[in-house]
Amino acid sequence: MEKRAIVTVIGVDKVGIIAHVGNVLSDIDINILDISQTVMQQYFTMIMLVDYNMCKKEFKEVKQYLASAGEQINMKISIQQEAIFNAMHKI
Amino acid sequence: MINQGEILSTIQMIENENLDVRTITMGISLLDCIDTDIKKSCNKIIKKITSCAKNLVKTGEDIEADFGVPIVNKRISVTPISLIAGACGASSYVEYAKALDFAAKEVGVNFLGGFSALVEKGMTPSDKVLINSIPEALSHTSVVCSSVNIGSTKAGINMDAVSIMGKIIKDTAQLTAEKNSIGCAKLVVFANAVQDNPFMAGAFHGVGEGECVINVGVSGPGVVHAAVKRLGDNASFDEVAETIKKTAFKITRVGQLVAQEASKRLNASFGIVDLSLAPTPAIGDSVARILEEMGLSNCGGHGTTAALALLNDAVKKGGVMASSHVGGLSGAFIPVSEDEGMIEAVNNGSLSIDKLEAMTCVCSVGLDMIAVPGSTTADTISAIIADEAAIGMINSKTTAVRIIPVVGKSVGESVEFGGLLGTAPIMPCNIGDACKFIHRGGRIPAPIQSLKN
Repeated sequence: MEKRAIVTVIGVDKVGIIAHVGNVLSDIDINILDISQTVMQQYFTMIMLVDYNMCKKEFKEVKQYLASAGEQINMKISIQQEAIFNAMHKI
Repeated sequence: MINQGEILSTIQMIENENLDVRTITMGISLLDCIDTDIKKSCNKIIKKITSCAKNLVKTGEDIEADFGVPIVNKRISVTPISLIAGACGASSYVEYAKALDFAAKEVGVNFLGGFSALVEKGMTPSDKVLINSIPEALSHTSVVCSSVNIGSTKAGINMDAVSIMGKIIKDTAQLTAEKNSIGCAKLVVFANAVQDNPFMAGAFHGVGEGECVINVGVSGPGVVHAAVKRLGDNASFDEVAETIKKTAFKITRVGQLVAQEASKRLNASFGIVDLSLAPTPAIGDSVARILEEMGLSNCGGHGTTAALALLNDAVKKGGVMASSHVGGLSGAFIPVSEDEGMIEAVNNGSLSIDKLEAMTCVCSVGLDMIAVPGSTTADTISAIIADEAAIGMINSKTTAVRIIPVVGKSVGESVEFGGLLGTAPIMPCNIGDACKFIHRGGRIPAPIQSLKN
């Protein structure tokens, strides 16, 4: 069964962001289901829908892992379970 | 997939507009902890709380991590202690307060409410012991909160209790004088108190409630403020109200999600979501600033009551469809020391106690976190309580007084309570004397609107 979460990556645009984030997610067995990205002013914003069912880490650990992976490239990476977005924006 | 704009708006609310869930409050019934031996009773209470709530803090933290929304406080409310302690026949219930404090610290919650008595129509000997124990109880504990219900639409106002509570508040201020009389910040005097309120200091677990219940209080003044600001100055009130409704809906959906998850994970029943806009002293988390954003130069000026009425009503209308069970206090809070905009309004002279009293007619709760000079008499405090209780009684709403006569301080000074309790400028009271009025005693009869059958 899928366990879906939303990964957001925000920061100043540069070469190789998607490659870096893709590798980081694959290292911990998180599957990317959908990606959308945009550059607003100078800020790169990427939103990924992911499935973390195969991931062996606790969700809290995933969160910390992604945050520190983000720091390596000076980006803010966060992950939240999809339920909060569904709750707020769907009736 | 949810669209990108919606995802970013949620993130914006959490990161920049202080969207948070203020509290997950676990209500625990202590009715099975009654014992004729005070020690046995206290031990039963400690055992029950530490077993029911052992995972409360961790679960709150897990949910915070899963959804990425801050959950600021984890709290406990318990059955009013005057009901539990009566059988022991003790002449002081301070031991109960200490047991509650110990249990709360064991499980790591921020506050525990329920050192309470419900005396709107009369006082049992146990109620009297509890009320007389409040000053010492609050000075010997740090996370225990106390409340006393002295009036209701159904029962009228117990003026004997109102008179006593003026003295109790003064005594509490005196006993915690070295900490800016902070004991009074943990003591609320209610009319029409509700049984499922998750907010402190007035939370208690009513006798009509189940064994173990999760109630969630949402927050989010910053989100509403930002939404109103985006409308600009030319939007009509119709548009302002619609925008607040939609925003309140989203905020409440987060509360509903958290409440459902918390009750599932903690194996407790889901009680209610409290639709309150609860400010914090942080910049960008103020109810006063929402009122000013509607076009008032200063909170407290003419127009404030109308603005607050619109806000309070729109929050409820938006929130009520977002949650399966709405309850608690549900409305906008106006605690002076906990709201950066209110503090500034008092300091610049635009917000007085009289105006706050008027505002309490149209919003949730009442005169909240108001510091007054240490020289304020017990009778004056009782009279302030009576006024608020009358507003609650006649309008069939909850009203409360949480007032702090800060020992050694006078108008022009301010006191720092720290954390969510914030900073309180000392406000002047009316100079009139209510001594004879308060000392009449007896009850103000229930109003005609209580006869609904």
